[in-house]
Amino acid sequence: MQAITVKVGLASCGIAAGADNVYRRLESYLLESSKMVQLKRTGCIGMCFEEPIVEFDGGDLGRVTLGKVDPKDITRLLDEYLSGHLSETHLILADKHEAKHNDLMGAQTRIVLKNCGVIDPQSIDEYEQSGGYQALKQVLEMRPYTVIDIVRGSGLRGRGGAGFPTGLKWGFVFDQPGPKKYVICNADEGDPGAFMDRSVLEGDPHRIIEGMLIGAYAMGADEGYIYCRAEYPLAIKHLRIAIQAATERNYLGSNILGTDFSFTLHIKEGAGAFVCGEETALMHSIEGMRGMPTLRPPYPAESGLWGKPTNINNVETWANIPWIILNGPQAFRAIGTQQSPGTKVFALAGKVAGSGLIEVPMGITIRDIIYKVGGGIKDGKNFKAIQLGGPSGGCIPAELLDTTVDYDSINATGAIMGSGGMVVMDEDTCMVDVAKYFLHFTQSESCGKCTYCRIGTRRMLEILERISSGKGEIEDIDRLQKLAENINHGSLCGLGQSAPNPVLTTLRYFRHEYEAHIVDKKCPTQVCVDLLTFSIDETKCKGCHVCALRCPVKCITGKRKQPHVIDPAVCIKCGSCFNSCRFDAVVKA
Amino acid sequence: MSPDTQLKQPYQRLREVIEERKNLRNPLIEILRIAQEIFGYLPIEVQEFIAAEMNIPVSKIYGVVTFYNFFSMKPRGKYTLNICMGTACYVKGAPKLAQMISDVLDTPMGETTEDGRFTLSAVRCVGACSLAPVFVIGEDTFGRVETKDQVEKVLAQYK
Repeated sequence: MQAITVKVGLASCGIAAGADNVYRRLESYLLESSKMVQLKRTGCIGMCFEEPIVEFDGGDLGRVTLGKVDPKDITRLLDEYLSGHLSETHLILADKHEAKHNDLMGAQTRIVLKNCGVIDPQSIDEYEQSGGYQALKQVLEMRPYTVIDIVRGSGLRGRGGAGFPTGLKWGFVFDQPGPKKYVICNADEGDPGAFMDRSVLEGDPHRIIEGMLIGAYAMGADEGYIYCRAEYPLAIKHLRIAIQAATERNYLGSNILGTDFSFTLHIKEGAGAFVCGEETALMHSIEGMRGMPTLRPPYPAESGLWGKPTNINNVETWANIPWIILNGPQAFRAIGTQQSPGTKVFALAGKVAGSGLIEVPMGITIRDIIYKVGGGIKDGKNFKAIQLGGPSGGCIPAELLDTTVDYDSINATGAIMGSGGMVVMDEDTCMVDVAKYFLHFTQSESCGKCTYCRIGTRRMLEILERISSGKGEIEDIDRLQKLAENINHGSLCGLGQSAPNPVLTTLRYFRHEYEAHIVDKKCPTQVCVDLLTFSIDETKCKGCHVCALRCPVKCITGKRKQPHVIDPAVCIKCGSCFNSCRFDAVVKA
Repeated sequence: MSPDTQLKQPYQRLREVIEERKNLRNPLIEILRIAQEIFGYLPIEVQEFIAAEMNIPVSKIYGVVTFYNFFSMKPRGKYTLNICMGTACYVKGAPKLAQMISDVLDTPMGETTEDGRFTLSAVRCVGACSLAPVFVIGEDTFGRVETKDQVEKVLAQYK
């Protein structure tokens, strides 16, 4: 009989949801009983909304995955599984029979996330058993340029957002004279609402190391950096463990696997600056300086880190490489579209039922992502928009739900593919408020080098604040558009150039919401507090006085058992009365 | 131990840290990170000390310290409580959560509680979007917290 294994998902999301306690409970249970069960840790399987997640395998029921597992129930569930009669309450995935999320998983294609939630990220053995470091071994027998040809032939485009062809970029660095060259992994995943890279770093760190090794061999680099956000402590821990293990097995270090190829890999922790995701800024930060972008050309391929030829790719791009080597460029091209081959990882979040990490073939429609993979909108509400590409991206409205996911179609909507943050917004989201949120973000993260970005974003933010507080004028819309154009033209790096995108796309698709704020002085979704009014419906008010007691500024008056009145001049619009009224007599409008 | 030597001790440690790393190629950010660990924050005196030890202008150090969110020139509480202001958290009510925590601790955002226990701050996305809204204390992440009672319960764990 096959051994029974129990895997607990211990990525950041899982731990935050209490997976640690589940693991510890299992550990002590297995210690005191004499069951032949192997307990393992693994990374994120992507269904973050079901955390904590536990997988059982090896029994008569085959592989089953359970969600929202309480430490109190876990031993009972394990016993049920061992006896072959598992109750269905926690069942989310099963190989042999029906389970509630089998469809969600079925719509995905996993290359980058192949091992995430499957292997133990702290074990190099498990990575090797899954085919790990085989691609490196194959590559070491090829001529470097052949490797670049394979990557070029695959059509892989940079997954950091801009979609530049990876093979072409590698070719530039290859053409530069040596001997000193660098490769860098950009793991400064700064877009709010994006956690793809974190999950891969936590769940399958060796895949990134192997990708970088292959790139370094192809381009002739002997040193590399992974620049990782300090906000990801678990990712950094797993990377450190992986680098040490890979060094012990001579995948890293001098004369790798008996060849002439040597490669050293460092981890560099970021110190919290969004602009450091920009490649020139990132390199300055590695050099120990302020992370401010510089003018390109010269491109990093010519003069990068410490003036040496440097290649920067993001986590997901590197993670695609070993698969492409093992399966060949044609197999990669068979997935996705002509211009955008392969898959894309998205972090699906916001008002979607199944928030989590997904990997889908390029060419899928946004509708299918939300409704087939994501399980639809939460609480049966209506879809309003999806935000792609974080502060550099834009919002795609309901009428464009059938847009396919590939670089060119997404760009045509005014949004960008971005690194993979996908935040779903429903009917309760105010688009002016969303635009204001992103502007606030870019405004505070602007490094200050370019005047238009530094001051222009602030002016835009001020206009948006004016609009959402009911002091906007209709001319403000033109002012926003003019400023957006100027900031785009007058900024050096991608942060500044794309900073106006959230405003431009919301203006393009949700202009009526701006107009409602400006002309009618109303926020249609009742999010912008300054535009709300609270009043009491005399016919419904029973005069119970509860609201008056709750009101922090004592602006509600009235005698007991008689209708009460709110003094709008004093009201601070906190909503206490609205929340406390048991007769629905308080009207929010 | 006289108060004088007590005061000197952290500087002595910092001097050793700098000495060890001085000749590395890119040590400044790492040295500042360790200095912040030693002192809890980076007052101008510490920056001047590092400048003198490393023989670089203090303006350069000040530039780096004020550039990155990670560094602080104000003393911080025993724990830093970071409220995630990522998009997912924002649309799911992070501003409300921030207000709630701020009310419970009776301290505005960006400030430290009177007892020096918590410093409240906002952080860019921590990547736990599916648990939104989220806040982080040290390395512990707390998600799906919706009521004042829940907040109080979490905070009580940090003495």
